[in-house]
Amino acid sequence: MKRFVLFLPLIFFIGLGGFLYKGLFLNPKAMPSALEGKSVPEFRLLTVTKGDRVVTKADLTGDYYLLNVWATWCAACKAEHPYLLDIARSGVPIYGINYKDDIEAAAKWLSFYKDPYQFSAFDVNGQLGMDLGVYGAPETFLVDHKGIIRLRYAGVVDTNSWRVKFMPLIEEIKREMAEDKA
Amino acid sequence: MKYIIGLIATLLVLISTSSFAGSVDTYQFSKPEYETRFHDLNKILRCPKCQNQNLADSNSMISQDLRKEVYRLMEEGRSDEQIIEFMVMRYGDFVLYKPKVDNVTYFLWYGPIGFGVLGLIILSIVVVRQRNKKANAGGEQEQSNEELSDKEQQALDNILNKNK
Repeated sequence: MKRFVLFLPLIFFIGLGGFLYKGLFLNPKAMPSALEGKSVPEFRLLTVTKGDRVVTKADLTGDYYLLNVWATWCAACKAEHPYLLDIARSGVPIYGINYKDDIEAAAKWLSFYKDPYQFSAFDVNGQLGMDLGVYGAPETFLVDHKGIIRLRYAGVVDTNSWRVKFMPLIEEIKREMAEDKA
Repeated sequence: MKYIIGLIATLLVLISTSSFAGSVDTYQFSKPEYETRFHDLNKILRCPKCQNQNLADSNSMISQDLRKEVYRLMEEGRSDEQIIEFMVMRYGDFVLYKPKVDNVTYFLWYGPIGFGVLGLIILSIVVVRQRNKKANAGGEQEQSNEELSDKEQQALDNILNKNK
């Protein structure tokens, strides 16, 4: 018993060391989203390309869809763009939120790089972005059939993040939809 | 002499104003107490983009927007709690420099006190034990000084006789 007590500090030290060692490899930028599990906030905005068309939350349709926050001033958005085109081609609807941007530059971007979006809401003062808890671009939200945000992904969507972060949740949403029908 | 005083006065004015030039945007507050509340809130709210700066310190786009939002909400007459709630709803507990006390942060808040108390308990146990040991040890020594066992007495006698 006495010998065990003598080993207590060592055990404590190993425990603490393990805990702190794990901390070395955590990503400090990974931030839990406050909006996962909540519904998409209401908005009323113009679109970037289709003249003076006003869009609201009711215009976001689809079994599940992506909300992608982008801007022409954001270099990473350019890197992400080809992959978004691929996703759109595979049949997943993407709605753009053009975040704090210049409308002419944004329209030019879409005609030059091609447009993966159903439409892009022109969020010039970042109000919708703020309601979504956006703090930069690009950010991508996955919304399910009930209009609930299932994932918020800050950063560039690429093959890897799509497979690891998005695909499992999309499968889950599909399963839930099948269950709801049954 | 007059010039020198004038120069010193100018310098003093420059020095005293430069320290307020940190934040670029200027706001007109409808009530004077709003201004202090505004600055206090900007100190305790954390910039979501920049890891370790508060809203007052940071000049990132999102911090400028959030400062504007704090100002807007305040002019709407919302309380500090409501403004903080507004930010937490959107950006999560991350925006609070002082974490809330809940299940997740319980250890963070009370852990250090717990460790302190644990340390004091261990220390007092060690001290008390040590004291008892000393007291016991002292007692034994006295006892052995007073009396020798028969064997010891025999041994002592032998030694003393040898030397004779």
